[in-house]
Amino acid sequence: MTEIPKEEFILKCTSACAGCPSTLILRYVLKAAGADTVLVVPACCTSVIQGIYPNTAVNVPVYNVAFAAAAACASGMSEAFQKAGKKTNVIVYAGDGGTVDIGIQALSGAFERETDFLYICYDNEAYGNTGMQRSGSTPIGARTTTTPGGKVHAKKDLDAIVAAHNPSYLATACAAYPQDLFKKVQKALTLRGSKFIHVLAPCPPGWRFSSEMTVEMGKLAVRSGLWILYESEFGKVTINGPSKAAMIKPIPIEDYLSVQGRFKGIDRKAIDALKSQAEQRAKHLQKEAEGIC
Amino acid sequence: MYEIRIHSRGGQGGVTAARLLALAAFRDGKYATACPFYGAERRGAPVVSYVRIDDRPIRVYSQIRNPDLVIVLDPSVMEVVDVLHGLKRHGKVLMNGTTTEKIHGAPAFAVDLTGIALREKLVIAGSPILNTPVLGALAKMGIISVDSAKSAIREMFSDERNVRAAEAAFQELVI
Amino acid sequence: MLTIATGNKAVAAAVKEVKPYVIAAYPITPQTEIVEQIAEYVTSGELDSRYIPVESEHSAMAACIGASITGARTFTATSSHGLLYMHEMVNWAAGARLPIVMANVNRAIGPGWNVWAEHTDAFQERDTGWLQVYVSTVQEAYDTTLMAFRIAEHADVILPVMVNLDGFLLSHSMQSLDTLNAGDFVPPLHLPHAIDVLNPAGYGTLTGPDEHFRFRWEIEKAMRRSRKVIAETERDFAERFGRSYGVAEEYRYEDADVVVIAMGTLGKEAEVAVDLLRNEGVNAGSLRIRWLRPFPDLDLSGREVVVIDRDYSFGFGGIIAQSLMARQRVDLYSVIAGLGGQEVTYDDIAGFVRERRPGTELWFGVNGNV
Ligand SMILES: Cc1ncc(C[n+]2csc(CCOP(=O)(O)OP(=O)(O)O)c2C)c(N)n1
Ligand code: SF4
Ligand SMILES: [Mg+2]
Repeated sequence: MTEIPKEEFILKCTSACAGCPSTLILRYVLKAAGADTVLVVPACCTSVIQGIYPNTAVNVPVYNVAFAAAAACASGMSEAFQKAGKKTNVIVYAGDGGTVDIGIQALSGAFERETDFLYICYDNEAYGNTGMQRSGSTPIGARTTTTPGGKVHAKKDLDAIVAAHNPSYLATACAAYPQDLFKKVQKALTLRGSKFIHVLAPCPPGWRFSSEMTVEMGKLAVRSGLWILYESEFGKVTINGPSKAAMIKPIPIEDYLSVQGRFKGIDRKAIDALKSQAEQRAKHLQKEAEGIC
Repeated sequence: MYEIRIHSRGGQGGVTAARLLALAAFRDGKYATACPFYGAERRGAPVVSYVRIDDRPIRVYSQIRNPDLVIVLDPSVMEVVDVLHGLKRHGKVLMNGTTTEKIHGAPAFAVDLTGIALREKLVIAGSPILNTPVLGALAKMGIISVDSAKSAIREMFSDERNVRAAEAAFQELVI
Repeated sequence: MLTIATGNKAVAAAVKEVKPYVIAAYPITPQTEIVEQIAEYVTSGELDSRYIPVESEHSAMAACIGASITGARTFTATSSHGLLYMHEMVNWAAGARLPIVMANVNRAIGPGWNVWAEHTDAFQERDTGWLQVYVSTVQEAYDTTLMAFRIAEHADVILPVMVNLDGFLLSHSMQSLDTLNAGDFVPPLHLPHAIDVLNPAGYGTLTGPDEHFRFRWEIEKAMRRSRKVIAETERDFAERFGRSYGVAEEYRYEDADVVVIAMGTLGKEAEVAVDLLRNEGVNAGSLRIRWLRPFPDLDLSGREVVVIDRDYSFGFGGIIAQSLMARQRVDLYSVIAGLGGQEVTYDDIAGFVRERRPGTELWFGVNGNV
């Protein structure tokens, strides 16, 4: 087992909801990144979680920036640090909305320019900060406040979009597997160029489950194969342990859907769509891992 | 003008309680406004909402500084918030719970809204619903009429258990 | 129907009444409830509109523009950072003479993040060619949104209209609301330059130095004509539904020696301050400016004026105070108060009047001298 440092960079006074995945993820990200790190945070739950001026619950510098601007702002920061001969980690910590929707242009630009930074998207599959509206990352069938009858469009394939930029490192992770997340952040920060980690963030109020179930929910996502843990270093894909097991014997996705209020009343068609997306992704990743693609 | 301040925690329905109360007062033929004060807090943080009731149109938007009535939906906020702050000289306090012993220097009334909600199985995502039973207690205190309390609840919720819970609170509150 | 509702819900209800073909919007605090309510209406079938859940505000306005130029009635809503993020398209909508209606829930601009009321967001769009109106009650939000569609789409105007309401103070406050059966109060839209494949034209093509200014002048002409259309619309609204507001709402104004000028909810709070001052023997009155564009012609001669700006133009001053001084010679005390939701009570406002020092500026809550 990897030794995870005892040092905490998230103090105990956050204003997050109970069971908040964003806080949990950020805690391990910062443990892996260490003190020589700057976070760039666009508008999202994490803007609020930090607490209210003059307090902050995060013990590394956090640069809060406009919703669409994180990756571009980080580009400038990264170049400036390099010019000054500094090795400070520049990490964007953004929600799914700030990544797949309003922030995608800046993200694409930064990755195309091979900006030396790590971009982490914590994906709670909706706009949490404004009270759970749909995002491009909301799965089909999920109810949000702007999709009261269940979302009709499929979740955007963010990883494929980022992969198309040939980043030095791309990985998925999940709030329920902090060891795995920790290792991935550490590895990403040893590499040069643009690195990307997409972390599933089961969100109690947004997904409508009770707040002590966050980790359980993440595990169900992985075991059902709806969320696949893998990493790709310079294009070489490895599927990680928990997902390898899930690919051999997944639990029914209904076990994952039925414990979340947001999927209440989901119809067969949407369930089938979710299933077939999951299967296709698994097949595709397996092929890539075997080097067939 | 009768001014009411409601203390609760994010997610407990304090804001909805304010809206229901304003609606009931409005159904009584009064002017009423409900203004939640939104901080940036998440679920679980202490929150306040305000209700104003008057016979004339209400033009005030600023926060209530000197309430006539303070409602404490979650007594645990009293550890971090001075709920009696600014209470008018003859102001009253309505507490959710079985005791008023923590309130000193103001007439206080207690009714076990949580117990009533649990009995009626009015629970959402693990938390008992307090905002509909509290209307029964307010009707008992004479702030709104019983009929308006019920019609306000029915306008906002279709589940009759909410009305029953309000009736129970009306019965149980001792004035 | 008589009910009670928040400012946001009132706007959504008015939009439902006029049935836009296309609504494209993006959530942002404190506007979110408008978007959510409209999504709810569309999902339940109560409103037969196309609702586009776009990926940003730039796209929200761009989608409205695309819809509007086909001749469709369109609506969007936003606030602060959202409004600024769509700034390019806000200009585009007016320049392209599209009668889009937008609700803007006024909120401060970061950094640091602040979600509370301030008018600087919309004031930054004041030179774009949009008509702008500011409301102060839930009912007024509803009525004004209805009127906004009629004014925007009027043949003499054909310009977009922005309806502004104070974040949280009004957007989230619940008050009584009388929803209407608007009937033919808002007639069908006929956009004279709607895209028509039988009559092909180039839109927004390169326009040289000999032509560009002519189009700008057309915008200004429409803006000037809009004064009459606003008045007519108000008159018809009053006849049909019994309520009227005016370009600015006067309160105990007639015989007032000192007048408080404010916008939005502060304009209402000022009325309470006026009553307080009158009881003390001060001959006070108030004036709540509703329309920022076109800017109203106010006659303030012979009175002392206390202007409360919930906005600021750095290096220049309170925007309303400066605008008034640019138009007439007035003895004016400029107060900057309520930025980012700063609490301003009627007592505070009465205090501004009591301690007024015409010819100077006060930043409420700080020592304003540098
Ligand atoms: C230009 C702009 N538009 C809208 C907003 C409002 N807003 C702030 S955070 C947010 C949603 C963020 O969602 P996501 O990125 O998924 O992060 P989460 O809140 O879920 O953590 C929105 C819509 C804003 N701040 N700026
Ligand atoms: S909404 Fe979800 S992600 Fe946002 S603070 Fe609450 S638990 Fe965390
Ligand atoms: Mg999100």
